[in-house]
Amino acid sequence: MTAALIPATESEAADMVRDAGAAGRRLAIAGGGTRSGFAGGQQADAVLRSTGLSGIVTYDPAEMVMTARAGTPVAEVEAALANNNQMLAFEPIDHRALMGTDGEPTIGGVFATNASGPRRLSAGAARDSLLGIRFVNGKGEAIRAGGRVMKNVTGLDLVKLLAGSFGTLGFLTEVTFRVLPRPQAEETIIVSGLDDEAAAQVMALSMALPLDISGAAHLPESVRGRFLAGGLPEGPATVLRLEGLPASVPVRADKLVAALSRLAPLARLGTDDSRRLWREIRDVAPYADGTKRPLWRVSVAPAAGARLVADLRLEAGIDAFYDWQGGLVWMRMEADPEADLVRGMIRRHGGGHATLLRASDASRAVTPTFEPQPAAVAMLSERVRASLDPAGVFFSGQMGEA
Amino acid sequence: MSASIQFLKPRQDILSRRATIIADLLELLPPDCLVHEPRELVPFETDAFVSYRRLPLAVALPETTAQVSAVLKYCHRYGVPVVPRGAGTSLCGGAIPQEDALVIGLSKMAKILEVDLVNRCAVVQAGVTNLAISDAVGPDGFFYAPDPSSQLACTIGGNIGMNSGGAHCLKYGVTTNNLLGVKLVLVDGTVIELGGKHLDAAGYDLLGLVCGSEGQLGIVIEATVRLIAKPEGARPVLFGFETSEEAGACVADVIGAGIIPVAIEFMDKPAIEICEAFAKAGYPLDVGALLIVEVEGSEAEMDAMLAAIVEIARRHGVKRVKECQSATEAALIWKGRKSAFGATGRIADYICMDGTVPLSQLSYVLKRTDEIVKGFGLRVANVFHAGDGNMHPLILFNANDPDEAAKAEAAGNEILKLCVDAGGCLTGEHGVGIEKRDLMRHQYSTADLDQQMAVRAAFDPQWLLNPSKVFPLDGRPAI
Repeated sequence: MTAALIPATESEAADMVRDAGAAGRRLAIAGGGTRSGFAGGQQADAVLRSTGLSGIVTYDPAEMVMTARAGTPVAEVEAALANNNQMLAFEPIDHRALMGTDGEPTIGGVFATNASGPRRLSAGAARDSLLGIRFVNGKGEAIRAGGRVMKNVTGLDLVKLLAGSFGTLGFLTEVTFRVLPRPQAEETIIVSGLDDEAAAQVMALSMALPLDISGAAHLPESVRGRFLAGGLPEGPATVLRLEGLPASVPVRADKLVAALSRLAPLARLGTDDSRRLWREIRDVAPYADGTKRPLWRVSVAPAAGARLVADLRLEAGIDAFYDWQGGLVWMRMEADPEADLVRGMIRRHGGGHATLLRASDASRAVTPTFEPQPAAVAMLSERVRASLDPAGVFFSGQMGEA
Repeated sequence: MSASIQFLKPRQDILSRRATIIADLLELLPPDCLVHEPRELVPFETDAFVSYRRLPLAVALPETTAQVSAVLKYCHRYGVPVVPRGAGTSLCGGAIPQEDALVIGLSKMAKILEVDLVNRCAVVQAGVTNLAISDAVGPDGFFYAPDPSSQLACTIGGNIGMNSGGAHCLKYGVTTNNLLGVKLVLVDGTVIELGGKHLDAAGYDLLGLVCGSEGQLGIVIEATVRLIAKPEGARPVLFGFETSEEAGACVADVIGAGIIPVAIEFMDKPAIEICEAFAKAGYPLDVGALLIVEVEGSEAEMDAMLAAIVEIARRHGVKRVKECQSATEAALIWKGRKSAFGATGRIADYICMDGTVPLSQLSYVLKRTDEIVKGFGLRVANVFHAGDGNMHPLILFNANDPDEAAKAEAAGNEILKLCVDAGGCLTGEHGVGIEKRDLMRHQYSTADLDQQMAVRAAFDPQWLLNPSKVFPLDGRPAI
């Protein structure tokens, strides 16, 4: 078990990072550890945890902005927001069931991994909601970037850089983020019986309508039964979510139904079932199977998802479902990760990237977790990394490598 | 002309080699792609921050990626500073050259390369204007969301440089939220691609870092931008209040009630008068402050949302509510707002501030802004994006009076410090450029700025790209 360092203040964290640097020790950064296991942090000398830095610092619902210490449990943040009918617009995934981890997800971990769910399609990713941060860089300096206003182009956007850097560039101590009103109503239209390619077309067609669709996913027959405890109608389910004012959701749902009714059988889910369905999609319920079977998170152009999967199926045993209009593919491999096959095929389908979210230790040891970068981008990424952590105190976990 | 903002001292070794550099560049570019005759350089000496101007060494107007790459490679090899330029509409001096710099203008790279409606994106060259994208996809029912007032002229490359916003970003976000990918030429001429048609880019978010970097990390030559389905309808409504305080409080309550209109624009009395005189937009002249609130969706949705907003406005003593009756009237309302800067320019010289403040501070900052400007014996007109706290006080002055110009600049600096002290920032969407460069230490600590400069140096170790901008000239790392 690696030693844990749990600072209670930002300056204590800075001291710990400086000490580690002076002693030539490597630190792996963690929050609640619920998203861990895929960047190989066990190779570090100690874990620097944010869990001692907890609590909401400021929250003014009328400004739709919250500041919280990085180790604040996501549950605490979401409860405070729910009390004011607000929410994290980007619907952060809870990785616990999928990764077989336990503990409390932290808000810092959400932003450090840019964990975004189905509403990313319409409301942006975690990085789009993040307005400001405080962090400790590899030199043990406390740095502030961004602020607490929505429009800010004052200097370089280090906020975006740190978001999604998986704890390899700095130790987040405080995050300030935009929140949105929680939709009072929601409804999901289920289009049944479409194959993957037809579903991609229906999702594209739907997103082109002026209906403000906030979720578009396709759940093929192989996974359909894992949602709503088997309660979805027969056949593959293409699901489209509408959210907003109670006066507006049914009106838009009627319009969507009218546009799609000739294409396939349709069904509608009311607010409660719809919320549950999208939470299950968010948390990748079908593959939260208690195994370590390899799981890829693939990001491609929306129309490319179904074709990519069809071509991969000719060469490997895979199961997949789609979010983000088809552009986010959750792909579980029957046996090996087949990284070269998967990544090569992504390049042939117009580009994108694949992250190996889950795998056996043996597979992980020989498979780059993050998409290897072209040489020029990798060199640039390494220079950027070194500008924040010159001595390499933070474990880099293959982020940005070639 | 005012002269208080310093530029980097031109490097004599570069100036003395001017003839050689031009001859060398003519080897890399077709003759009509290099401007070097002094009188032909004049149009490039400034941007929309007209108080400052510098003639550049020369101006390259490349037509291809290969040309941009070759020119940058050359400049990198010989240490020639480079100032990228889109349409030159920067309000903070972001595109103002310096005597020893080559301007690289992207105006000849202005093609829309691909419209991909299935994936809801467009791939465009950097010199394409903001409005051209929406014009190209409008007939198919889509638009590109960020809409700076200069959208008829400003280019997507410049928008990325400044992370531009506009009136409608309350709902749709600014450039960085609508940008999927770029093709970027690094300072040494290497061409890289960041992101693409997929929603999240791989590896470190270098795309997010490049957006808003004011041309200091590389030259963007292509962009992949998100397209959004146009709403069924959109309706701007005018709300006239007795005082700015009432209008400001109304904005905070609308947002606080969980209603997010697509835009909430604010004008104070001087701004209303200036814009109405110019655009005849039908703004009420008997009020002290005006909000333009735009809602969108179906008729029923707009009605429901407007009813809720009217209810809140009544609680704040709204004096006039004017719904427009036709598309022409709606267009006129926006024309008035978007021509605010131009209309102001007809009656006086002005500098436009761009600080952003938390919504709870709007009323206070408006009041203090007025006091500050009056304290310098000048006038101010306020017209800005209230929904996101992005303020644009226009300080009116006479540019031919050096004393007034200096006062205007001093008042502007006070206002920006006020924005920072109120929990906001120096610039919401115009950028730092030279204008706010020397105020950066008011917002950031030395360690904060040193970190930003270290990241900058990872892209451009010799500080060749737009070097006089963004970071205070003192305290820079030794090169």
